[in-house]
Amino acid sequence: MSGAFRVSGRGRVDTARPVSFRFDGRTIRGYEGDTVASALLAQGQHLMGRSFKYHRPRGPISAGSDEPNALIGVGEGARHTPNLRATQVEIHKGLVTVSQNRGPRLNFDVGAINTWLAPLFPAGFYYKTFMWPRGFWDKVYEPVIRRAAGLGKVATAPDPDHYALHYAHCDVLVIGGGPAGLTAALAAGRTGARVILCDETPELGGTLLSDAHSRIDGLSAAEWVAKAGAELKALPNVQVMTRCTAFNYGPHNMVALNQRLTEHLATPDPAMPRERIWQVRAAEVVVTAGALERPLVFEGNDRPGILLATAARTYLNRYGVLPGKCAVIVTADDSAYRVAIELAEAGVRIAAIADLRANPDAPVVAEAKARGIVVLPSTTIQKANGNLRVRSVELAPVADNGRVGKGQRFVCDCVLMAGGFTPSLHIHSQARGTMRFDEVLGVYLPDRSVERLRSAGSCRGLFALQDVLDDGAAAGLAAAKAAGGGDAERPAPRVTDADAPGAGGFAGALPRRGLGSLALAFVDFQNDVTAKDVKLAVREGFQSIEHIKRYTTTGMATDQGKSSNVNALGIASKELGRAPQRVGLTTFRPPYTPVTFGAFAAHARGDQFDPLRLAPADGWARAQGAVFEDVGLWRRARYFPRGGEDMHAAVTRECSAVRTAAGIFDASTLGKIEVVGPDAAEFMNRFYINAWTKLGVGKCRYGLVCRDNGFVYDDGVVGRIAADRFHVTTTTGGAAGVLNMMEDYLQTEWADLDVWLTSITEEWGVIALQGPKAREILAPLVDGMDISAEALPHMGLKEGTIGGVPMRLFRVSFTGEVGFEINVPSGRMGAVWERIWAAGSPHGLTPYGTEAMHVLRAEKGYLIVGQETDGTMTPGDVGCGWAVSKAKPDFIGKRALALPALNAPDRPQMVGLLTDDPRTVLEEGMQLVRAPEAPAPVSADGHVTSSYYSPALGRSIAIAMVKGGRDRMGETLYAPAIDGAAIKVSIVNPVFYDTEGVRVNG
Amino acid sequence: MARSMAEGMIAPDTALVRERQSPRYVLQGRAPALQAAGRLLGLDDAPALLRAATGAGGTALRLGPFELLLLPQADDPAGIEAALGAVPHSLVGVSDRNVTLTLEGPWAARILSGLCPLDFAEHAFPVGMATRSVLEKADAVFWRTAPHRFHIEVWRSFVAYAENGIREVARGITFASLAI
Repeated sequence: MSGAFRVSGRGRVDTARPVSFRFDGRTIRGYEGDTVASALLAQGQHLMGRSFKYHRPRGPISAGSDEPNALIGVGEGARHTPNLRATQVEIHKGLVTVSQNRGPRLNFDVGAINTWLAPLFPAGFYYKTFMWPRGFWDKVYEPVIRRAAGLGKVATAPDPDHYALHYAHCDVLVIGGGPAGLTAALAAGRTGARVILCDETPELGGTLLSDAHSRIDGLSAAEWVAKAGAELKALPNVQVMTRCTAFNYGPHNMVALNQRLTEHLATPDPAMPRERIWQVRAAEVVVTAGALERPLVFEGNDRPGILLATAARTYLNRYGVLPGKCAVIVTADDSAYRVAIELAEAGVRIAAIADLRANPDAPVVAEAKARGIVVLPSTTIQKANGNLRVRSVELAPVADNGRVGKGQRFVCDCVLMAGGFTPSLHIHSQARGTMRFDEVLGVYLPDRSVERLRSAGSCRGLFALQDVLDDGAAAGLAAAKAAGGGDAERPAPRVTDADAPGAGGFAGALPRRGLGSLALAFVDFQNDVTAKDVKLAVREGFQSIEHIKRYTTTGMATDQGKSSNVNALGIASKELGRAPQRVGLTTFRPPYTPVTFGAFAAHARGDQFDPLRLAPADGWARAQGAVFEDVGLWRRARYFPRGGEDMHAAVTRECSAVRTAAGIFDASTLGKIEVVGPDAAEFMNRFYINAWTKLGVGKCRYGLVCRDNGFVYDDGVVGRIAADRFHVTTTTGGAAGVLNMMEDYLQTEWADLDVWLTSITEEWGVIALQGPKAREILAPLVDGMDISAEALPHMGLKEGTIGGVPMRLFRVSFTGEVGFEINVPSGRMGAVWERIWAAGSPHGLTPYGTEAMHVLRAEKGYLIVGQETDGTMTPGDVGCGWAVSKAKPDFIGKRALALPALNAPDRPQMVGLLTDDPRTVLEEGMQLVRAPEAPAPVSADGHVTSSYYSPALGRSIAIAMVKGGRDRMGETLYAPAIDGAAIKVSIVNPVFYDTEGVRVNG
Repeated sequence: MARSMAEGMIAPDTALVRERQSPRYVLQGRAPALQAAGRLLGLDDAPALLRAATGAGGTALRLGPFELLLLPQADDPAGIEAALGAVPHSLVGVSDRNVTLTLEGPWAARILSGLCPLDFAEHAFPVGMATRSVLEKADAVFWRTAPHRFHIEVWRSFVAYAENGIREVARGITFASLAI
């Protein structure tokens, strides 16, 4: 027998399989099928943790996922997971668990002094108490509060496990495997519909596994569950997923389930994912989430040994564990009497049942009395005594006028609370369903569903077992039919021997003697919110339950109001003197219960977090020792250091090589779109600001795209391959956006045009060969093609082959030197690159990276969209007013570009800047002002967009956007520095090098 | 393919193979253009939307109302242009843009369900169906060529990401997998 509180012959644990695990360093023995909570309770240990704010000793109040107290850390090292519910953690050999938020020990915690200081820590205390001195908040108050509060510790090592995510599709998803869920899944499954049934616990059955009294079809409840489960497993169209929590209801019936695969196993297969998220697209959803028993709010209601009556029943009938030797039961509902009878049968002495109601008269009450159990009607619990464990209680009579009289002390080692049942609305609410307040039950119930969702069973306020089973069957069949399924025999289990449900229940703080201004009666155990906190919030002017929630933190965080919701509402309602439905109900947020970050990340971790796109010459660049940078998803070579060069030295050398000999650059990442069709030129005319009709075949033109607001969106060189075929290039980052924008206009505005778009970014690898010796290097390699300046001038284009490889050769330059962009099929680019490299080496050919590319273009004053532009620059602002066609009847942005505001003389305009000191390189983003010592605030005349050291000029250069800048050449501005004096600059022409532009035509 | 299948085994009896390059063309146009291309491949008509069809001259995947992905037997763009003649159309070669992966075996569909939100059950995604969708964060074309075989095309720079993603999902696919 494992534990003094274990009863033989009860429970579903496998007593033939003992299991040892560790809790706070001690070895605990339990059985297969135990949770950490049931195994500890079997030893008589209720104390399992310390509370969040007051460090109060706490034990479990529940036996499931609604547990707010018994939060423990599980696992060691990188696998340590904090804040798991001891009531859900299944034990296995080697399991290591620890209690939390205690210091130094669970039974001796210095932080517990907070309980005595509780009058200093009312709701919202941190808003009031720690205001002064102001600077103390960051350095003293907040760190101290954060250290004192909070729960477990987070593992800091990388997670060694792997996680999975799968999409699933079904006709009917049933959430919850209790009585209603089982009949719903059976009803839907028998029609042949694809059904997924998920349940957060290891076993199907829900409350039926704790019900030793009811009989269904002549079977015990557990036997009926086994029969139903067997039928479901035999249906090929039904999938049952246990240890699987529906935690988020997304739009259009996309429901996220979290399935825990390895946590309960001692030695899981390493290939097994630890958890798996299922994103289930369900045609119809049946929610059978059940109802949660409410705790009662009285002084000392959080003492270890005080738990929910249903939890005591579960520990007895599911785990064979008694909650204590001597119990006091406080109830507002008939259901507790059956628990009392079953506990008494199992050997627990029932000291008394205090019933808040005046005349409990259900048959089960008479049955309890007949067993000799003392029943005290019109009785409340004034206070529970004890510290690490409840020792005694005071039960006091409530007079007809509501006054509480002098009570009587009852010695006990456990107290069971039965405050009635709160339907679980979380999933219905996440699905944006509305709720209505039920006056009879005193709780909210689901009203209308927005999604294809229906609630069944006790989550919609049905509490009689027969009703629950019937409701589940009806909902399951209706859902299957709504999903297009046929008819089938509806399950019709007959219930005998069940207790009639009571319509009892209590919401709010129990009546007590005296004001209890120092009494700690907990409403939200997890967040340490007491009845007086809620009352204080109301006194301080908060009237909506949403505001009260935020001020007091009741129902916040991982608990999401499971145990606290209705009681908080009850207290607020009484204090405000308003009906509960006029106080409101808080929103239930996902996740229903916490989900690990690992599960959310699933496959998307490490290198698989995002695609890493490698350009065709990536391998070559790596072999050359390139330093890389990320450009969107692409990895691009930034520079090629030689012999221990730093970036500055490497870039200087690369730039000089391009200016004096030749450089080779992988430009494959530039976006490329092939625009083809009889209406291709017309499409180009409408899409770009430039005119295209007159662009001859075999010619290129620089094109600019504006949004309809007239602001520059993207740019690139466009080549005309044939009358009906354009080879469009875009920026690397703009590739997908430009194609999407083109498709958008084509499909919505210009569907009449016979023109089609194909992304060819990855079809063509692009080798940029730039520099005065570029032609000399390339000429011998191209097959029978004249690439002389006359035959292929700047902005010319030829198709041909290079070493037998098909080629589109563009004579274009982003450096200001003679330049070629050699487009070859990307799969064969490597070989072409190697040939050019070999041929160019005698000429001093040098690989260059994106950094040199930026410097070379800045020396020439070429703009980069996204660097000089910020989404509010017109073509005119960036010196491209020449590109705007005056002749075209329309193009995207034409109307906007005619607006006076976009043509104002003080528009920001792209200019060059030179510092007085040629060694000073400005910071990109620096503001530019007129006076060096102007007192702040001062409005800026512009800002620096690009700034480099220019090897060609032997000094620093910068590009800036300056108000009316083109008419301010020679003017002085100042760039205030974060440290040091403002830097004096002069406005100059942004073309710093070869202003006449002769080199490019060489 | 038998030898490479064994090398690419990623789950029980399930293999992932990167195919050698072969001709690919994107043909876009209105109905007459797509019909003409279908006839060129030996089909009566262009395939129905989201369906693939194979004739003597090769396969066409109908990825959109105005779009076919052509997988011709022979790499003869001039022949295709000639067959289309004056019918307005756009024919663009993408043989180097696309890389083909073959995923074959009893776990193939369930592996894809870890990467793509589509329903790969046979009644929802039958043999002969082809569509563009996502493979995690990459674009991909999926074509079911047999109950347990998928032809997948991704752009060249995404192929390592796609292969690694498929392998990662395959790891542990047999545990508590979806069976409906």
